Amino acid sequence: MWTWIHKLGSPPHFYRISARLTPWFSWAALLLIVAGAYGGLYVAPADYQQLDGFRIIYVHVPSASLSLFIYVNMALAAAVGLIWRIKLAHAVAAACAPIGASFTFLALATGSIWAKPMWGTWWVWDARLTSELVLLFLYFGYMALRAAIDDDTRADRASALLAIIGVINVPIIKYSVEWWNTLHQPATISKMGKPSMDFDMLVWLLVMLAGFMCFFAAILLTRVRAEVLLRSRGQKWLRNTVEGS
Amino acid sequence: MNNSSNMTTDPGERAPLLEGRDLELWRGDRRLFHGIDVSLHQGELLHITGPNGCGKTSLLRVLCGLTLPETGVVRWRGRPVMRSRADYHAEMSYVGHRESMKADLSPVENLCFDLGLRRDAGQAVVREALDEVGLTAAAEVPARSLSAGQRRRVSIARCMASRARLWVLDEPYTNLDVAGREFVDEMMTRHLGGDGLVLLVAHQSHGVAGRSVRQMELV
Amino acid sequence: MDIPGLGTAFWLQVKRDLQLAFRHMGQLANPLMFFIMVTTLFPLALNPMPKLLEAIAPGVVWVAALLASLLAAEGLFRQDVDDGTMEQLALSPQPLALMLLAKTAAHWLITGLPLVIMSPIVAYALFLPRGAVPTTMAALALATPILSLVGGAMAALTVGLRRGGGLLSLLILPIVMPVLIFGARATDMAMTGMDPVGALYLLAALLLLAMSLTPFAMAAAMRISLD
Repeated sequence: MWTWIHKLGSPPHFYRISARLTPWFSWAALLLIVAGAYGGLYVAPADYQQLDGFRIIYVHVPSASLSLFIYVNMALAAAVGLIWRIKLAHAVAAACAPIGASFTFLALATGSIWAKPMWGTWWVWDARLTSELVLLFLYFGYMALRAAIDDDTRADRASALLAIIGVINVPIIKYSVEWWNTLHQPATISKMGKPSMDFDMLVWLLVMLAGFMCFFAAILLTRVRAEVLLRSRGQKWLRNTVEGS
Repeated sequence: MNNSSNMTTDPGERAPLLEGRDLELWRGDRRLFHGIDVSLHQGELLHITGPNGCGKTSLLRVLCGLTLPETGVVRWRGRPVMRSRADYHAEMSYVGHRESMKADLSPVENLCFDLGLRRDAGQAVVREALDEVGLTAAAEVPARSLSAGQRRRVSIARCMASRARLWVLDEPYTNLDVAGREFVDEMMTRHLGGDGLVLLVAHQSHGVAGRSVRQMELV
Repeated sequence: MDIPGLGTAFWLQVKRDLQLAFRHMGQLANPLMFFIMVTTLFPLALNPMPKLLEAIAPGVVWVAALLASLLAAEGLFRQDVDDGTMEQLALSPQPLALMLLAKTAAHWLITGLPLVIMSPIVAYALFLPRGAVPTTMAALALATPILSLVGGAMAALTVGLRRGGGLLSLLILPIVMPVLIFGARATDMAMTGMDPVGALYLLAALLLLAMSLTPFAMAAAMRISLD
């Protein structure tokens, strides 16, 4: 088990494996997203209240869940890197941040586009949107700290610690924002992602979610490969790989 | 655990008290050193030399447990120092580049705090140490009004009064006059005589003689 | 060798930091002055109408307190790292987490506590109803230590950076947003005659969490910064 983990954690091995995996994830992502988009936009029935306006959830909900999922992933990778001193884990955490921030931004953008026809304004201080916004700030903080430190090893360790502090705070932030929101708007008109959803609507959402996951995996692998390349500059295995190909 | 008690009870073996194995350190893109082995027995002095920027200070910081090496491990009494920091630091005293003093406090106030964290030492001990380094008159003035050499003497007094087994001295001669340098030599000789250990980084040669003195050149 | 106990070490550190702070009385008051000045800005920028000020008072008091603590956090460890005393602290046989907690405690006594004590005056100037003042003070007394602790952890993380300007605020603000929410809500609830005790309990819970976790985060961050 341990040897397997260490082998996976070694940059040359990862570099080889990831080269084989990336196309699989990319194609799966393309197929699932095309299928999900078709299903969500044409096959699924219109919402009886929101009509076709609700269809933006097929982008909004997967991006919102991914934004959080990626943050947790980033913190996990960071913790692994910090505790077992695995460099690849740090590279994964570093690669997660911009992807997660993009999905957070996408969730915010689709949320506000959706808010326009529903509430008549581009922005409402809805609990979900607000905590999504704070999550974006957390991502920005992480990336800013990373950018401010020149030395790779130190940047890895400092930002890993920040990610861990952040992930402990995510539930607190989420809870406090919800608490704040219910006090101010006793009857929140939050229809987004309501649990009682028709099966024909839900199934396409799940397809979309799976597609987004694969897309994330493909992007992540590509980014980590780039990180590994950058960090292994001047090392022998890299020279061999490049000259061999 | 068993391992370390064996080592201390078996002097015939002469296991080193301080041991660094296969140390490697990077700074950014540059590998400062690699494959460094350091060992230090009781009553020994290790003089680390080398050109500017070769990583002498960094090596000392690794051996102190301040800097995490890329690979390798530092052991004190057979135990990795990163795992038992408190035990290691209780027996170690470090004199760094900086004097580590609050400019607004007097040498007595500064040392009373530093030593207060290490042992139950009163002002008398601090004053005695300051007397010994020749700072009787300056003991009560704020550190900001001391000269660089005087401040260095305070650092040395702190090291002496700490009763630490291992002294880690990074360029202790800096800013000292001839008498001060002789004093440092004499102090190290005394410390080695009492079975102490000294790790020394210095450009110039030191004045400690004997079989227990070794030199290591870093390139 | 007998190492002094944790209590002794904690007390030594608090005592020394207070001693140092009192030798620079001027700097001591900076965050407090900042707190008062920021609250003065609002009547000037908006409209000194008592009704309006009363409505925004909870928000103003809490945002100003938050900003003042940001300002204070910047200087928490900087000097110690610059003059090398932090290095000696990291090499002392005492746990670094404890020593940094002691430093943060002293820092709170110097920058946080005066803010709590001065808050009634600010509240009065903003026409906050008198009934809400005790709640606000209690909430500030619970919240300012959290701000100091989180600020300490982030300050330890950024202390060695030359290009850290503004970064510290970027790191602290999202983390302490819940404190702002609960604190401002406590004041608001007391103003509108609701029972604010729930918000105070939540703040107390956050304080306990911060006190138990941040010292270790501070120590880990400081070791990375000193590396």
